[in-house]
Amino acid sequence: MTLLSSWGRLGTHMHRIVGLTDPARVAPLIGAGQGPGLARGMGRSYGDACLNPEGTLWLTEGLDRFVSFDEQSGRLVCNAGVLLRDIQQLSVPRGWILPVTPGTQMVTVGGAIANDVHGKNHHLLGTFGDHVLRLKLIRTDGEVIECSPTQRPEWFAATVGGLGLTGVIVEAEIQLRRVAGPWLDTEIVPYANLEEFFHLADATEADWEHSVSWVDCITGDGGRGLFMRANPAPAQACPEPRRRQLTVPVVPPFSLVNKLSVLPFNTAYYRLKKWKAGRSLAHYEPFLYPLDNLHEWNRLYGPKGFFQYQSVVPREVGREAVQSMLREVARHGEGSFLAVLKTFSERPAVGMLSFPRAGVTLTLDLPNKGERTSALLGRLDALVQEAGGRLYPAKDARMPRTLFESGYPRLNEFLKYRDPNISSGLSRRLMGS
Amino acid sequence: MSSTKKIVIVGATSAIAEHCARLWVQREAAEMVLVGRDAARLASVSADLKVRSPQSSFRFLCTDFLDSTAIQATVDAVGAAGAPDIVLIAHGALPDQGECQESLAACRDALMLNGVSPALFAEAFAEAMHKVGRGTIVLIGSVAGDRGRKSNYVYGSAKGMVSRYAQGLQHRFAGSSVKVVLLKPGPTDTPMTAHLKTQGAKLASVESVAAQIVAAIERGRPVAYVPGKWRLIMQIIRHLPAFVFNKLNI
Ligand SMILES: Cc1cc2nc3c(=O)[nH]c(=O)nc-3n(C[C@H](O)[C@H](O)[C@H](O)COP(=O)(O)OP(=O)(O)OC[C@H]3O[C@@H](n4cnc5c(N)ncnc54)[C@H](O)[C@@H]3O)c2cc1C
Ligand SMILES: NC(=O)c1ccc[n+]([C@@H]2O[C@H](COP(=O)([O-])OP(=O)(O)OC[C@H]3O[C@@H](n4cnc5c(N)ncnc54)[C@H](OP(=O)(O)O)[C@@H]3O)[C@@H](O)[C@H]2O)c1
Repeated sequence: MTLLSSWGRLGTHMHRIVGLTDPARVAPLIGAGQGPGLARGMGRSYGDACLNPEGTLWLTEGLDRFVSFDEQSGRLVCNAGVLLRDIQQLSVPRGWILPVTPGTQMVTVGGAIANDVHGKNHHLLGTFGDHVLRLKLIRTDGEVIECSPTQRPEWFAATVGGLGLTGVIVEAEIQLRRVAGPWLDTEIVPYANLEEFFHLADATEADWEHSVSWVDCITGDGGRGLFMRANPAPAQACPEPRRRQLTVPVVPPFSLVNKLSVLPFNTAYYRLKKWKAGRSLAHYEPFLYPLDNLHEWNRLYGPKGFFQYQSVVPREVGREAVQSMLREVARHGEGSFLAVLKTFSERPAVGMLSFPRAGVTLTLDLPNKGERTSALLGRLDALVQEAGGRLYPAKDARMPRTLFESGYPRLNEFLKYRDPNISSGLSRRLMGS
Repeated sequence: MSSTKKIVIVGATSAIAEHCARLWVQREAAEMVLVGRDAARLASVSADLKVRSPQSSFRFLCTDFLDSTAIQATVDAVGAAGAPDIVLIAHGALPDQGECQESLAACRDALMLNGVSPALFAEAFAEAMHKVGRGTIVLIGSVAGDRGRKSNYVYGSAKGMVSRYAQGLQHRFAGSSVKVVLLKPGPTDTPMTAHLKTQGAKLASVESVAAQIVAAIERGRPVAYVPGKWRLIMQIIRHLPAFVFNKLNI
């Protein structure tokens, strides 16, 4: 038995660990049945989607082989444990890039599919699942299911965003996107309030591929922030930057993210960026994955860990709902280190349980201060529910079941595709088994 | 005459060997021959490497690792396409010690696979390299070969044989351009140790072990422990007096 936690470090749990390495040998391993198991990639989910306390975890990191890459068409076939980073490092020098990646590239293909992750270009390119041409799923009874948007599409829709609960994904074919090189033309525009944010977001959608914004939820009424946008740049003559890697070496005895450090951080960040506002050229890595060079930054939140809280609410009520949430956080006074605001487009979701929907998504990081934090999160839940919104399971460790059920109307349809021998902390909490 | 490097990997489906291969082709295009016992598994390793390095060429051969005639034929087939620059001999399996004590057949199989088979491959390649007067043979021993222990002396003694064989070859080729490198990995996270991982053992990552192996081969070290800390640990274990050692439950 091995102790494991997830990215939020809210707690550690005993797990029986089984490493998967060869797709051909997966079926007997997951069928060996000592109680329900769960696939786990890099454990970059913040809550309990990638945990199965007291149960088995099938680690997929070893399923790390490429199968084929057609440089003419940009179609890549690989095993599900391959890291998005390894795909990017292989394909970008050959003129292809993953169309959609989350804010870290240290995640597996299987994890990216199972949470149907989104990036800074949702308005243009949708989610990761939009670019999966086909996938291969193995069920614990040994059945192999090959599915795609047209072949057994119901299995595809259940598995993309399916939280690992429909079987183990062993292989996927992904359509990459042409790219001239690793560079991005970027622009940073400060905004003074949410009204300006929405104007900027609307004005950005047509002409910019990537957009994301940082919002200050500490000072005053909240709502001021920095809008960051980028487009792929033509090939450049300059050399690629050297990668510098830092690791947070120990868990500090208390959270380094507290009232004192967040306030100056937010102010400094805002000043600094305002000063640097304007256009510049950036490598895609620091722009798209700003924290990837600071290994184990999650340790900064101390031994009790932290919550990430990501909601999406419909656009019509978006401004008010976001304003109210920011006000709650400011009143609470425990500052959010990272508050990220972004709009999602109308594009229909691929998966039955995919998180993105048309509207505006707000992401907050909050150190775990026990009761006080729970109370704040409860107040935020009420605002999300009232706005007709939903929370992102990849980030969740505590949402009430009622909020999950109201947020995901296709839940009952999804349940038919669950594998009876797969279960996670999250599924037991939100689906009863 | 810096043509592409010719690299042969025996036991090419081993996780440690596969990660070495990735590092080699990532650095520069190579001509690789992958030797194993199962065509489907070799094909998937070869496909992966081809995606990583389209400029490299890959060929794979299946053989019987316990049959001296088959081993000689494999080495001859490899040599026909030119003498290799590097041969990495990586196959092995961790047997169940208890089972080896109960069944002589199991004991023999483990000794053959982990000891005799790598020695025969090394001998055959040594002869080929002797003829052209250059090349590097890399053998994977183990820290387990440094001192016999009750929990795994069948595997350990076979690995000890690999060490001694490497030492003999080093003596034979001293002063020539044929190099022999012996690697001694500590417990590493690969399919071979999957059951230890389930029990919660602490294992080195296969990526880091492979990186250290590739570096050790490049430096041409005669013996390298990977990770390096095992050199000291094994020195202590080797020198523990028997009355102390025999009390240890290892
Ligand atoms: C710094 C940071 C930034 C992030 N930014 C974003 C972002 O911008 N957008 C976004 O959408 N997400 C974001 N995330 C969340 C992250 O992208 C997702 O949690 C992702 O799913 C993690 O992948 P993983 O490989 O670590 O999977 P894990 O977290 O280990 O697992 C996630 C889920 O996938 C399932 N799973 C994993 N592998 C398989 C498989 N082979 N077969 C079946 N199921 C499988 C697991 O069972 C689990 O339910 C971010 C996370 C971090 C730490
Ligand atoms: N992992 C460790 O902790 C560790 C420590 C010290 C030394 N080593 C040594 O490192 C080397 C590589 O091991 P690894 O950890 O990478 O293990 P691995 O991934 O399990 O690979 C074992 C290799 O040996 C082959 N093999 C096993 N039985 C065979 C047989 N009967 N006939 C032919 N081939 C056979 C396997 O082929 P198939 O793929 O066809 O099964 C595979 O290529 C071995 O020599 C091992 O003893 C490992």
